[in-house]
Amino acid sequence: MDLLPVVIFLQSILAATWRMATPILYAAVGEIFSERAGVLNIGLEGVMLIGAFAGYSVAYESGNLILGLLAAIASGILSGLIFSFFTITVKANQIVVGAAYNMIGMGITGVLYRVFYAESGRALSLKTFAPIEIPFLSQIPFLGEVLFKHNIMVYATLLLVPLATFVLYKTAFGLSIRSVGEHPKAADTVGINVNRTRYFAVIIATTLAAIGGAFLVLAYADQFVEGIVTGRGFIALAVVVFGGWSPWGAMGASLLFGIFYALQLRLQAMGNIMIPYQFLQALPYVVTVLVLIGLTKRRVQAPKALGVPYK
Amino acid sequence: MEDIIIRMVNIVKSFPGVQANRGVNLEVRRGEIHCLLGENGAGKTVLMSILYGLYKPDAGEIYYNGEKVEIRNPKDAINRRIGMVHQHFMLVPTITVAENIILGQYPSWKVLNDMPAVYEKIEKLSKDFDLDVDPSALVQDLSVGEQQRVEILKALYHGADLLILDEPTAVLTPQESEHLLGFLRQLADRGLTIVFITHKLEEVMQVSDRVTILRDGKAIATLNTKDTNPRELARLMVGRDVLMDLKKKEGQPGNVVFSVRNLRVTDERGLLAVKGVSLEVREREIVGIAGVSGNGQSELALALAGLIDCEFDEITLNSTPITKKDFARLNHMGMAHIPEDRQKMGLILPFSVSENFIAETYRDEPFSKRGFLQFRTINDYSKSLVEKFSIRCGDVEEEIANLSGGNQQKVVVARELDRRPKFLLVNQPTRGIDIGATEFVRQQILAERDAGAAILLISTDLEEIFALSDRILVMFEGKIMGEVPPDYSLIEQVGLMMAGKSAVHA
Repeated sequence: MDLLPVVIFLQSILAATWRMATPILYAAVGEIFSERAGVLNIGLEGVMLIGAFAGYSVAYESGNLILGLLAAIASGILSGLIFSFFTITVKANQIVVGAAYNMIGMGITGVLYRVFYAESGRALSLKTFAPIEIPFLSQIPFLGEVLFKHNIMVYATLLLVPLATFVLYKTAFGLSIRSVGEHPKAADTVGINVNRTRYFAVIIATTLAAIGGAFLVLAYADQFVEGIVTGRGFIALAVVVFGGWSPWGAMGASLLFGIFYALQLRLQAMGNIMIPYQFLQALPYVVTVLVLIGLTKRRVQAPKALGVPYK
Repeated sequence: MEDIIIRMVNIVKSFPGVQANRGVNLEVRRGEIHCLLGENGAGKTVLMSILYGLYKPDAGEIYYNGEKVEIRNPKDAINRRIGMVHQHFMLVPTITVAENIILGQYPSWKVLNDMPAVYEKIEKLSKDFDLDVDPSALVQDLSVGEQQRVEILKALYHGADLLILDEPTAVLTPQESEHLLGFLRQLADRGLTIVFITHKLEEVMQVSDRVTILRDGKAIATLNTKDTNPRELARLMVGRDVLMDLKKKEGQPGNVVFSVRNLRVTDERGLLAVKGVSLEVREREIVGIAGVSGNGQSELALALAGLIDCEFDEITLNSTPITKKDFARLNHMGMAHIPEDRQKMGLILPFSVSENFIAETYRDEPFSKRGFLQFRTINDYSKSLVEKFSIRCGDVEEEIANLSGGNQQKVVVARELDRRPKFLLVNQPTRGIDIGATEFVRQQILAERDAGAAILLISTDLEEIFALSDRILVMFEGKIMGEVPPDYSLIEQVGLMMAGKSAVHA
C-alpha cells in the first residue's frame, strides 16, 4: 500500500490544526482571566465579531494590517468597558448582559458590513499576514509544514500561553485575580479593590477575544462576512471549562478542536464523501465536546464567585 | 495616666432599617485583652469593622495612639498595625497559606519572586508563636482550627499591634478554644493588645482584663473583669435577669418511642464515622449525646434524619420498623429534626419567614388547596408562630437572611416543634446564638419533653447536655463509650470518656 497519500493527508490536517485553534485560544485565554476573577462573559462571540469587523474595516481602509489589529484591540477594550460597566458597576446579570452583547455584536457588524461593504461593489479582500517560514526548520519534512510555516498571529500564541500563566500565577495581579473570583470578601479585607480588579480582568478577556476575532480576517480568511466567528466564542467558553481554567489546559483543548476543524475542511474538500456538508461542519463542535467530556475525569472546580456580582 | 491605644468616641453607624451603633464609646489600653460582650445584633462586629476600615462611621471619632485618625479601608488599618480575625474566615481556599498572607500587600505589577523569603518569615513566626502553620499548604486542606491560626499569623505577619478577634471560639472544639485562649494570653504578655468579641460569659471571665458590654448599639459599661461576675455580665448584656439555671422537672420516661440497633455510617471520605451505635429514646425523655465535635455525631444525626446513606440492623419509630424507603417521609411519621447548621440545612435563606415556616407542610391542607397556596392562612399561621416564639423580625414577609442567628434558630425550632413531633432529633440547638435565645430554645425543648416527646439531643456543649438531658451517652470515634446520669459531679468522668476512656462505673 502506498503510504504517501496518507502522510500528505495527515500533514495537511495537522498543518491547519494550530491555525484553527488560534482564534479560540486567544478568546479562551482571555476568558480565563475574566472567569478567574469571577466574571462570566458569554458575550465572547459578540466581542469577537466586533473585533473582527473593526480589524477588517480599519485594515481595509488603511491598507495596514497592524492598524487593523490595533483597531481590534481598541474595540476589545471598549467591549470590556461596556460589559464591565453593566455587570460590575450596575451589577446586572452576567448571562443577560452577555447574551445581549452577542446580539449587539451580530447586529452592529451585520448592519455596518452591509452599509459599507456588501453592496459597494468594491473588491473586498485584503492581503493577510503572510506565513513566516522559519529558516531550516521549515525544511524538515512533515514537521516543517505542520509547525514552522505559520503567520505571526499563530506563532504569538506560543508567547501568549506562558505569559498568561506567568501573570496568573507569578504576579501580585494574578494572585488578586484568582482571589476575587474565589472569595472576593477576603480580597476586600486585605485592601484589594475587587471591582477594579474585575474590570481589568474583563478588559484583558475582551481584548484577547477581539484579537481572536481579528485573526479570522487578518490572518485567516481575507475578508469579513456576516457571522464570521461561527460559534468560536462559545467553543472558547467550553474550552475554558475543559481546560480547567488554566492557559495550558485551554491550549490543549483548543488544539483538539483545531484538529477536527481541519479534518472536516479536508473531508469537505474531498468532495466524493456522501455526507451532507452540514454534518461535517458540525463535526469539530460535536467531537470536541464529546472527547473533552470523556477526558475530564477529575473535575476542576469553577471559581466559587463566578457569576456573582460583589456586594 | 494609662496608655490608651484606641479611643472610639460617639461612634454612630446605621444601615437601612437598623441602627447598629448609636454613639458608642470605647477605650482600650495597650497590652490588655479587652472583651466586647453583647448579644447578637448588639453592634460589636460593626464597631470593630469600623475600626478595621470596612465601614465608614456616620459620625464619631477614632483616636489611635492618641492621634485622631480616619481609617478609610482595611489596607489603612493594616498599615496602622491593626489586624482582624473575622468570624467567617477571610482566606481564599484555593491558594496557599503564604499566598493568602501576602495577598493585597504588593502593587499589582510586582512579580512574586521573593516567595522563599516569605516562606522563611512565616516559618519563623510560626515557630516563635508555636502556631504550626505550613506556608505551602492550600487553605482548603486545612481544618477550621488551622485556618484560624493562619488568620492570626496573617495579622502577626503584617506586624499587628492590635488584634481584633470576632467570636473566634464559635467554630472551635472545646480543646481548641482552651488552647486559643491560652495563646491569646501569651500574645498579650508579649505586648499585643487584643480586642475579643464574644457573647460567651465564661470566655470573658477566663481571658479578659477588662470588658465592655454592648447592648442595642450602645456601650452599657466597661468593667474590670476581676471586679465582676457572670451574673452581673449577663444582666448587663440582656438588660434583665437571666435564668442561668433552667428549672427542670424530674423526667418520667414512658415507652420506647425510637430505637436504633447497630447503626453504621460511612462519611464522605469513605471512612466509618459511626461504628455500630445502638440507642433508644423514651417518651418524656431527653437523651443527650456528648462528645467533641467530629466524633461521628454529625453523621449520626444526618443518618437518623434519613439524609445520608447508612446501614443498620433495626430502627423503630413508635414500634414500627423503619426501612430505608421510609426515610423520605420520616417527618410524616412523627419525627422532627432541628439540624446542626440552620443556615445550610434548617432554612432557605433567600425565602421569607413565613415561607420557611411552611417549608415542610406547604403541600398539605390548610396551607395549600387544589394546588394553590392559601396566603391568608399561611400569613395568620406565621404570625401566630412569630408571637408564640417571640421571634424578632420586621414582618413575616421579611427575608430570613436578615434575621439574627438567634431569631433564625427560633424559626427552625418553631417550625419543628409546632408539628408536635413524637420523636425530636436536635443537633447543636444553641450554637452561635445569644444567651437570651439560648435560654428560650432550651426552655422550649424541655417543654416539649414534658408534653410527651422523646428527644435525642446532640451537643458539643457539655453545659447544655447536663442542663437538659435525662440520660447522657458519650460518643468517641463513632462509638458510644457509655452512659452517665446528668449529675454535675460526673462532669470530669464525662470529659475523660469524651477523650476515649471507657466508662468506669461507680
